[in-house]
Amino acid sequence: MAEAEPTIRYTERAGKPVVEVGGTWTVFSIRGIRKKAESALAAAGTRSKDRRAVDATGLERVDTAGALEILEIAECGPDAEVETRNEAQAALFKVVRENMCKAQPDRKVNWLAHWLEEVGHGTIDFYKQILNLCAFFGEILIVVVEAILQPKRFRPSAVIRQMYEVWIRALVIVGVLCFLIGVVIAYQGVQQLKQFGAEIFTVEAVGIGMFRELGPLLTAIIVAGRSGSAFTAQIGTMQVNQEVDAMRTIGLNPVEWLVLPRISALLISMPLLAFWGDMAGLLGGAVACTIYLDFTFVQFFDRLRDTVGPWHFYTGMIKAPVFGIVIATIGCFEGLQVRGSAESVGQLTTKSVVESIFCVIVLDAIFSVIFLLAGV
Amino acid sequence: MAEGAKVEGGQIVDHSDGREVVLRLRGIRTQFGDKVIHDHLDFDVFRGEIVGLVGGSGTGKSVLLRTIIGLNQAREGTIEMLGVDTSTLQGKAQRQMLAHTGVQFQDGALFSSLNVTENIIVPIREHAGLEEDTMREIAALKVSLVGLPADTGEKKPSELSGGMRKRASLARALALDPELLFLDEPTAGLDPIGASHYDELVKGLSRNLGLTVLMVTHDLDSLNAICDRIAVLLDKRVVVGTMAELLEYDHPWVREYFHGPRGRAARREQK
Repeated sequence: MAEAEPTIRYTERAGKPVVEVGGTWTVFSIRGIRKKAESALAAAGTRSKDRRAVDATGLERVDTAGALEILEIAECGPDAEVETRNEAQAALFKVVRENMCKAQPDRKVNWLAHWLEEVGHGTIDFYKQILNLCAFFGEILIVVVEAILQPKRFRPSAVIRQMYEVWIRALVIVGVLCFLIGVVIAYQGVQQLKQFGAEIFTVEAVGIGMFRELGPLLTAIIVAGRSGSAFTAQIGTMQVNQEVDAMRTIGLNPVEWLVLPRISALLISMPLLAFWGDMAGLLGGAVACTIYLDFTFVQFFDRLRDTVGPWHFYTGMIKAPVFGIVIATIGCFEGLQVRGSAESVGQLTTKSVVESIFCVIVLDAIFSVIFLLAGV
Repeated sequence: MAEGAKVEGGQIVDHSDGREVVLRLRGIRTQFGDKVIHDHLDFDVFRGEIVGLVGGSGTGKSVLLRTIIGLNQAREGTIEMLGVDTSTLQGKAQRQMLAHTGVQFQDGALFSSLNVTENIIVPIREHAGLEEDTMREIAALKVSLVGLPADTGEKKPSELSGGMRKRASLARALALDPELLFLDEPTAGLDPIGASHYDELVKGLSRNLGLTVLMVTHDLDSLNAICDRIAVLLDKRVVVGTMAELLEYDHPWVREYFHGPRGRAARREQK
């Protein structure tokens, strides 16, 4: 659809400045019209500040965008005279004029004030977030106590379904990643320790590293990424669809129905996954040692049994369920924070993953201190 | 149906009155699996009119609308929009056709990550690519045009009420001054006052901007107040007529629809 060019000319009639417009003034044809208008004005040489009248009788086609531009360029204000070719165009100009006076100009944004405002909002939000999270944790504890008093309230079918998602379906990815990390630690250990002729200690490096830190931590990070985010997205979408509101009106407590099964599932699944990760890591270490150290599998595990005490294993197993609770709590909490839109689901899912990984690492540091003080 | 005088496009009598046909459907057949929704459906819409599309639940009103706007593929038949067979359109020509049509979805379907002004600018930027200031001015004009307060432009869709979302969505549909406007249940979920204001708005826009409007609606008041003609989906086809003609039309569903208590009440009000 070829569009005729919009034309503009500044003239004077009976001593009054007039803007003559013609051709096609539609949203598709008015690109760059402001510049054209400026050069037309320069060519005409009239710099009169008087209000201009508009002669639009030459217009072939015009739409609201075109009419708006004509009125803007003519700077004629909402009460200007516009001479039009036919009634349809007159009606169009009338509609545009009635509405353009209401249109607000853009307000100027002061970047410093805007930035300060953002920081202020952020600080308040952070404070509120912590309060809300504490309140939410309290709510969960109440539901847990109620559920312990009335064990029927733990719905085993829901817990098992969640466990299938967070435990069974995570086995492959956790196993593969921990195996690879085991290989990497053993390889690095051998390279470094060889310089002191102490490459035999690679076994301890792999064993203690996997049991104490990497097994539970790596598992927690994977679980935060795949299950914590899933919790937020699931509950958030239910929130958008008003399913959570519907539950409340029926008298179901969303914390009991949505949150409790997920937390229970992760509480049980995390130690199981961390154990699985430990084993995969050890296997990776053993494989690497047989390749780089001329060890046999039996020698590797013999040395592991003799030198790595059981507390190294227990510390990891103590951390894992705590990580599980934290990840599930944050995931569910952020899901319930979703308001309104699909965008909010996305934002809060991101937030949930970042927060849970952050909390897991902070908790890991706290645990290290505690275990140090306890001497294990 | 009076089979004697064969009138085209499912019309009860010829309504064309010398006007240009902007939307012409011929022999449309849509089906999902084995379930046939429309069969041999003919339907014409003329320039400048407002047509209401009604039909019982499951007769495929929304499917027909989606088929016309190209979101659903018809198995058979041709759709001519503004004189061009839409099935032959590809690439640039197709984009140009999209620029000349506007759609308002039932719940607004505003982009939730953008505010109202940005929502309106999206089609303008995509198809016309004007200067940023100009686009903002146009967006502000459209916001005012659909009767929203000027500060609505800065708001996100989630901050708006259902009625405001519908209006904002209409503003986006109007962004490029389309020749053909499709509305899906525009007054559903609005209170009677809001609904009648909305009707007036659509009527005024249609008259002043020369819009052709096809709206799916169940609002008998809207049908009475602003629709020039009404298309009824019956037995997988469309029957089009004015309110007066349809009141005389002999079909159980049509009779019940227009002569039922609600239909009578709406007509009484109008008189």
